[in-house]
Amino acid sequence: MSNFDPNTDMPRGARPEEQITTDPSKPSERMQFRLMLFNLAPWIIASLVLLLLPAVFTNNSTITLMNQMMITIVFALAYNMLLGQGGMLSFGHAVYAGVGGFACMHIMNTSDFFSSIPLVILPFFGGLFGMGLAMIVGSFSTRSAGTVFAMISLGVGELIAASSVIIVAFFGGEGGVSGNRTDALPFFGNEFLQQINVYYLIAVWTIISAALMFLWSRTPVGRMANAVRDNPERAEFLGYSARWVRFYSFVASGFFAGVSGGLFAINYEILTEENLNTASSGVILLVTFLGGVGFFFGPIIGAVVFTLVQTVLSLQTELWAFYAGSLFLATVMFFPGGLAGLIMMHVPAFKLGKSKLLIIPYLKTLVPAAIGILAVCALVEMTFHYRHAATGDHEMTLFWTTFDSHTVLPWLVAAAIAAVGLGIARATAPSLKEAWNEANTRGAAS
Amino acid sequence: MKNITKLGAVSALSLIIGAGSAFADTIKIGFIDPLSGPFASTGTNGLHQFEFAADYMVNDKGGVLDGDTFEIVSFDNKTSPKESLIQLQVAIDQGIRYIVQGNGSAVALALTEAVDKHNRRNPDSRVLFLNYAAVDPALTNEQCNFWHFRFDANADMKMDAMSDVIAKDESIKKVYVIGQDYSFGKAVADAAVSMLGEKRPDIEIVGNELHPIGKVKDFTPYSRKIVASGADAVITGNWGADMLGLGKSIIENGFTGPIYTYYGAGSGMTGAFGETGKGAIRLVSEGIVNPPPTEEASAYYQAFQAKYPDGNIDQTRISNTVGMLAEAIKAAGTADDVVAVATALKGMEYQTIWGSKVMMRAEDHQAIQNINILNHTDEGVTFPFDGSTFGVVSEQTVEMASADAPTTCEMQRP
Amino acid sequence: MDLILVNLIDGLVTGLLLFMLSAGLTLIFSMMGVLNFAHASFYMLGAYFAYSISLALGFWMGLLVAPLIVGLAGAAVERYGLRRVHQYGHVPELIFTFGLALLIEELVQFVWGKNQMAYSVPDVLNFTAFAISGNSIPAYKIFMIFISVGIFIGLLYVLTKTRVGMIIQAALSYPRTVEALGHNVPLIFMGVFGVGTALAGVAGVIAGPVLGTFPGMAFVLGSIVFVTIVIGGLGSLWGALFASLLIGWMTTFAKAYNIEMSNILNGLGIATPENLDESLFRDFWSLTSPQIADILPYILMVLILIFRPAGLFGKRSS
Repeated sequence: MSNFDPNTDMPRGARPEEQITTDPSKPSERMQFRLMLFNLAPWIIASLVLLLLPAVFTNNSTITLMNQMMITIVFALAYNMLLGQGGMLSFGHAVYAGVGGFACMHIMNTSDFFSSIPLVILPFFGGLFGMGLAMIVGSFSTRSAGTVFAMISLGVGELIAASSVIIVAFFGGEGGVSGNRTDALPFFGNEFLQQINVYYLIAVWTIISAALMFLWSRTPVGRMANAVRDNPERAEFLGYSARWVRFYSFVASGFFAGVSGGLFAINYEILTEENLNTASSGVILLVTFLGGVGFFFGPIIGAVVFTLVQTVLSLQTELWAFYAGSLFLATVMFFPGGLAGLIMMHVPAFKLGKSKLLIIPYLKTLVPAAIGILAVCALVEMTFHYRHAATGDHEMTLFWTTFDSHTVLPWLVAAAIAAVGLGIARATAPSLKEAWNEANTRGAAS
Repeated sequence: MKNITKLGAVSALSLIIGAGSAFADTIKIGFIDPLSGPFASTGTNGLHQFEFAADYMVNDKGGVLDGDTFEIVSFDNKTSPKESLIQLQVAIDQGIRYIVQGNGSAVALALTEAVDKHNRRNPDSRVLFLNYAAVDPALTNEQCNFWHFRFDANADMKMDAMSDVIAKDESIKKVYVIGQDYSFGKAVADAAVSMLGEKRPDIEIVGNELHPIGKVKDFTPYSRKIVASGADAVITGNWGADMLGLGKSIIENGFTGPIYTYYGAGSGMTGAFGETGKGAIRLVSEGIVNPPPTEEASAYYQAFQAKYPDGNIDQTRISNTVGMLAEAIKAAGTADDVVAVATALKGMEYQTIWGSKVMMRAEDHQAIQNINILNHTDEGVTFPFDGSTFGVVSEQTVEMASADAPTTCEMQRP
Repeated sequence: MDLILVNLIDGLVTGLLLFMLSAGLTLIFSMMGVLNFAHASFYMLGAYFAYSISLALGFWMGLLVAPLIVGLAGAAVERYGLRRVHQYGHVPELIFTFGLALLIEELVQFVWGKNQMAYSVPDVLNFTAFAISGNSIPAYKIFMIFISVGIFIGLLYVLTKTRVGMIIQAALSYPRTVEALGHNVPLIFMGVFGVGTALAGVAGVIAGPVLGTFPGMAFVLGSIVFVTIVIGGLGSLWGALFASLLIGWMTTFAKAYNIEMSNILNGLGIATPENLDESLFRDFWSLTSPQIADILPYILMVLILIFRPAGLFGKRSS
C-alpha cells in the first residue's frame, strides 16, 4: 500500500532512478549547476504564479481567500518542521502563531512606534515573539519526544488558551484585540488600504518564509532533525544532542508560526481567542497531515485544499465538516503520505517514461469512482434535506438539478448512479493495479 | 505541482463565488451566523426565522419599491471572527449591501469594525450591519458607528428591566450572580451589582462569580455554594450548554427560588428543562409569544410552525429587523444607497406585529422597545418551544425600557 | 464541615465518572500503544444511543443495550480502521482517532440534530436520597457511585483472577510470545478496544442525564481524559483511579471555595500594588480558584511530565 519509504522521504524506487541520470562523462560542475537550476525552478514558477494570480482573479473575496491560504501555508510549513521533519507531534501549536499575532496587534496599537516602522516588517516582530515563547516552552518540553512532548504541548496549549479569556490586558478577552494597519509608516507611499496591497505583502512573506524553511531543512541541524526523529540514539552517537536538535527545530518552528500570526494580524486587523485555542491547533494538524508530512510541499497542498473546503464548500453545504472529516479519515487510512504522497507516488512512473500507461486505466477507474462518490454525497444531502428541511419545502437543488426530495425517483437515480459508478470502479480496479505495476517496472516498455 | 493544484482550485473557486452577482429585482441580505459547529442550532433557527420573515412580511405582500423582493443568503461563520470576515468579503463581492448577524459579541465586534473600515476604504460598495442579537453594550457605546444598528436590547438594558422586576419583589433579599468568564458575563455581573445596589440597597449580593466558559462539565460545586449562600434568586447571563448545565444543577441540588436568565429558553433548552425548570426559570426578552399578543402575531406564528414544526420563534426581533429594513428602503426610495437607508432607519418608529412599538434611537442606533420577563411553564402556553409542552409565558413588561439610558456613542456620520 | 462532606461526595461522583472513561482508555493504551482521541466520542455515542433506546424501552434497557452497541462499534472501528492504520505507525494511528472524533461529532449532529436532547433521570431515581444541612444529594448520584465502583471491582477481578485477564496482561508485555503460544492477539486487541469503548459507553449512559446530552459533550470531556491517564501513569489501572479521584476532588474543591490570588500573594508577603486597575498584572491579581478550577489538571499534568514523565503510578515513560 504505502509506496514511499517513510525513512528516506523518497518514493520507493526513486533513488536508483536518480542515479541513472548521473552521467559520469559530464563534468561534475555542470551537473551541480543543472541540479541547482532544477531546484530553483519550482520556486521561480511559484513566485511568478503568486505574483500573477491577482491579475486573473480580481475580486476581493478571492484575494481574501488567497491571503488566508498563504497564511495557512506558512503556519502549516512551520508546523511540519516539527511533525514531518522532527517527528514531534504538537497539540498546541496555535499558541505560538497566536501570541505572535497578538504581539503584532499590540505593536499596531502603540501609535508612536508603529508609525515609525513600515508595515512590511511587522511579521518579523510576530516571529520574534513566537520564537521567544517557543524558547521558554521548549526549554522543558523538548527533553523527550513522543507522548511526553505531545502531552506537554496539549497542556501548555490549553493553559494559554484558557488564560486568553482570563488575562484581558494582553489577550483582550472575548472581543480580542484589534488595530488599524494603515497607521504604519507608508511603504513607498503605500498605506495598504486595499486587500490587493496586503496580498502582495503576504505573498512576499510567504515566499521568503517558505524558502527559509526549505533551506533550514537542508542545514546540518535540519538534517539532524530527521536523524533524531528516526533514531535518537544513533544521532547521539554521532555527537549530536537529540535534545538540542529538537530544541532548535522547535524554536525555528515557533518563529515561523509567529510570522504567520503577524500576517494574520495584518490581514484581519483583529486577533481573538480563536487564534490560540485547541481547535485551531487541531486544524493545523489536520491541514499538515492531509497535505502530507513526508514532503516539504505537502503542507502547502493541505493548506490550499483545506481552506477551499472550509470556506468554499461551506458556502455550498452545511455538511462541509462531515465531508472534510471523511476526506481526512480516508487520507489517513489509505494514503498515509497525504495528498503529496499520492502525487509523489507517480514520480517513478514518470522517470521511467511510462506514465502514459496509467492514463487510460485511471480514466476507467477514477471517473466512475468520482461519479459514484458524488452520487453517495447526493444521497447524504437528500437524507439531510428530507430530515431537516422545512415542512412543505420538498424542492431541492443538487448538481444543477432541481427535484422533489420526497419522491422515490431521485433516490433511485442517485442510488443507481452510486452503485454503477462504484461497481465499475471496483471492476476496473484490478486492471489499474496491473497497469500500475507495469508502469513502475523498469524495462520492456509496451 | 502546487501551482497547478492552486490554479485549478482557484478557477473553480471564482466560478462558484462569481456565480452570484447583483440582481436588480432582489435585495440580498447576507446572513452571517453559525450553521455548523456547537452553536449551529441557534444559527439555523435564526436563519429559518429570517427566511420566513422575508417571505411572509415582504415578498408575499408584493415586495418593496417596484416589487423588489428580499432574499436571505446564508454564510456559515462557524462562530469564528476570522471566518466571519472572510464571508463578509464574499458577501460584499456578491453585491450584498445588508449584513445580518447575531450570535456572539466577539463576531459582532469584529464585523462592525470591519464594516466601518470597509466603508471608509471603499465608498462605492458600502454595507449596513444589522445586528439582531449581539448584546455587548460596547457596540452602541464606545464601539458604535453609523453602519451598525442593533435590534435587540443590549445587556445593560435587559439588566435594567430585570432589576426593576427583582426590586419589586419584596421576598428577594439575597441574590447570587454567576456567569461565564468573559466580557459578556462580566458585563452582566457588573450591571447586576450596580443596578440592584441603586434600586434596592437592602438586597445583599451573596455571591458574584465567574466560571470558565464552555469548559465546566459539572456545575454541582457551584450549585452547592448557591444553595449554601441562602440566596433567594440567581442571576445568570449563561447561554448554550453552560445555561442548561447550570440551571439543571442548581434546581436538582435543592434551590427553589427563581433563576433570572438572559438565554434560558429555546434551541432545545426549553424542552430539556421540561418539568424541572417549571416555576424556576425566568427569561428576560424583548418578545412575547405567550399569551399571543395580537391576532396578527398568532397567524404569523402558526404559519411559521406549519413550515418548521420543530422550530421556535424565540427571537421576535428578527421580524422587526426585516420589517424595519423594508420600511427604511421604502422611505429612502432606494436599496442601493445604504447611506439613505441608514438615515431613514435612524430614529424610525415602527409598529410591530407583536403589538408593541420599536424606536431606533438616532444617537447610538440602539432599538428601544418593551422588555418582558417571561416564565418557563407548561400552563397557558399557546406556542410551546422545542416540540415539547413547555414554553415561556409573559409575566411582567417594562415599557420602552431604558429609553433615556445614556450612551457614550460619538457617531461619525458620512 | 458539612459542606466538606457534600463536596467529598460530589468530587467522588465526578472522579468515578472520569475513571470509567480513563480505565478503558488506559487499557487500550497499555495494550495497543494507541492514544485513542475518539474515546470521549464513544462516551457521547453511549449517551445518544441510550437516549434513543430510552424513548422506546425505558432507561434501564438503555443502560443495558447502549454500551453493547457502543462496544460493537468500537470493535468494528478497531477491526476495519485502526488495524489498517496500525502498520503505518503510532502517529497516523493517533491522527486517525483524532479524525474519527471529528467525524463522530458530525455524524451525531446529522442523525440527532444540533440541539440538546431531553434525556433525563428515570423517575425511580428522581428523588433526594438524603440532605446534609440543606444540600440535597440526589439518589441518582448514589446510583452513579455504585455503578462505577461495581465496574471497577469487576474489571479488577477479570484482569487479575481470570484466564482471559492473564492472557490480556501477558499480551500487554509480550505480544509476540503470547501469539506464539497460540493466542489470537489481534482478536484480543479487538476485544480490549471493544470493552474499553463499551466502558466509555456506560459512562455516557449514566452521565448523559446529569451533564447534558449534546453534540459538544465529547469535546468538553475529550482532553481531560488524557490528562487523567497521563497523570496516573500510562497503562496503570490504579493510577487511572487515583488520578481520576484526585482530579474530581481537586476541581470540586477549587470551585467550592473562593480562594483569591490576592490573598495568597498577600500571604506570601507581596503587597497588592496600588491603583490595581492600571497594573499590567491586574487580571493575575484578581484570579479566583473557581476561575481556574478546570485548568488545574493541565497545570498538574505539565508539572508531572516535567518532573516524573512516567506519571504517578507508571512504570515506563513512552
